[in-house]
Amino acid sequence: MRDHKPPFTKVPDNHAVTDRPSPSRLTWLTFSAPARFYDLAGTLAPACGLAAALLALAGLWIGFFVAPTDATQGQVYRIIFIHVPVAWMSMLLYVAMAFWAAIGWFLNARMASILARAIAPTGALFTLLALWTGSAWGRPTWGTWWVWDARLTSELILLFLYLGYLALVAAIDDTRRADKAGALLAIVGVVNVPVIYFSVIWWNTLHQSATITFGSAPKMASTMLWAMLLMTLACWAYAFAVIFVRARAIVLEREGANAWARARLAGRHARM
Amino acid sequence: MIWHDANEFFSMGGHGLYVWGSYGAMALLMAVEPVLVVMRHRAARTAALTQAEVADLEAAEAVERATSGARP
Repeated sequence: MRDHKPPFTKVPDNHAVTDRPSPSRLTWLTFSAPARFYDLAGTLAPACGLAAALLALAGLWIGFFVAPTDATQGQVYRIIFIHVPVAWMSMLLYVAMAFWAAIGWFLNARMASILARAIAPTGALFTLLALWTGSAWGRPTWGTWWVWDARLTSELILLFLYLGYLALVAAIDDTRRADKAGALLAIVGVVNVPVIYFSVIWWNTLHQSATITFGSAPKMASTMLWAMLLMTLACWAYAFAVIFVRARAIVLEREGANAWARARLAGRHARM
Repeated sequence: MIWHDANEFFSMGGHGLYVWGSYGAMALLMAVEPVLVVMRHRAARTAALTQAEVADLEAAEAVERATSGARP
């Protein structure tokens, strides 16, 4: 079956560059071609998924069985091992989404726009989890599930930015126009990220200030720090794995009819 | 060892609901999202394959029409 050549069909030839075999030289543009990104992401996604599972296991083990009980908060502080990583990811993924959306818009790079779209749902998920875990931590320590404090409110705005982005790109039929409209929203929304980060410094908030900052020793036991860092790495690996698979899906949704995609799928089909 | 028995572990100093509610929500979402993206990828692959088959059939029909029409 693999030698079978499909009969000639009309394939848009504006993507001819992606049909070429792998380049002999890697440049920073190599993986901007959806075909090559598709292959690379397909290789990396399972590895990232496995890394996420292993890192999470290690982080959870240290977090629950090695890290000591907190002197002031008791056991409930253990929410920190997921709360801080997911909150970091929510901000980081927003910046990544806005960055790729901007590249996709200004340089008319298709793969960059696809990446922005692939990041958005995972970013929204991390934001939701940051709010959820924060709320569950706030109830026993502050005595309230929610307070309209600067940190919490700006994080809630981040969730609305993600949801707004997702709704906007879903509402516009023309793919590239949707990419551009989404990019505008994403770029404007970036201003919210430093607001979230510095909110605990700029305003008098109920939320505690940063446990870990650049240029100063962390204010926590080293086993606690290790658990948190391992969970952060697990979140990174998870995000990469999920975003790679989603990006592959979007590539096929957009370019599945192109010659390169047909060749890949035919080859895969024959092997199965 | 921090915990003397399983009960103590699950109660989390009386804050089990908050701790396990947080970890549970995260575990749930991180179990569901990968399934959804893999399903989306599979659906996209199936759609692309179907599209390719339809295109091939249409092309074959077009060739047939062209050759039969060319015959006197």
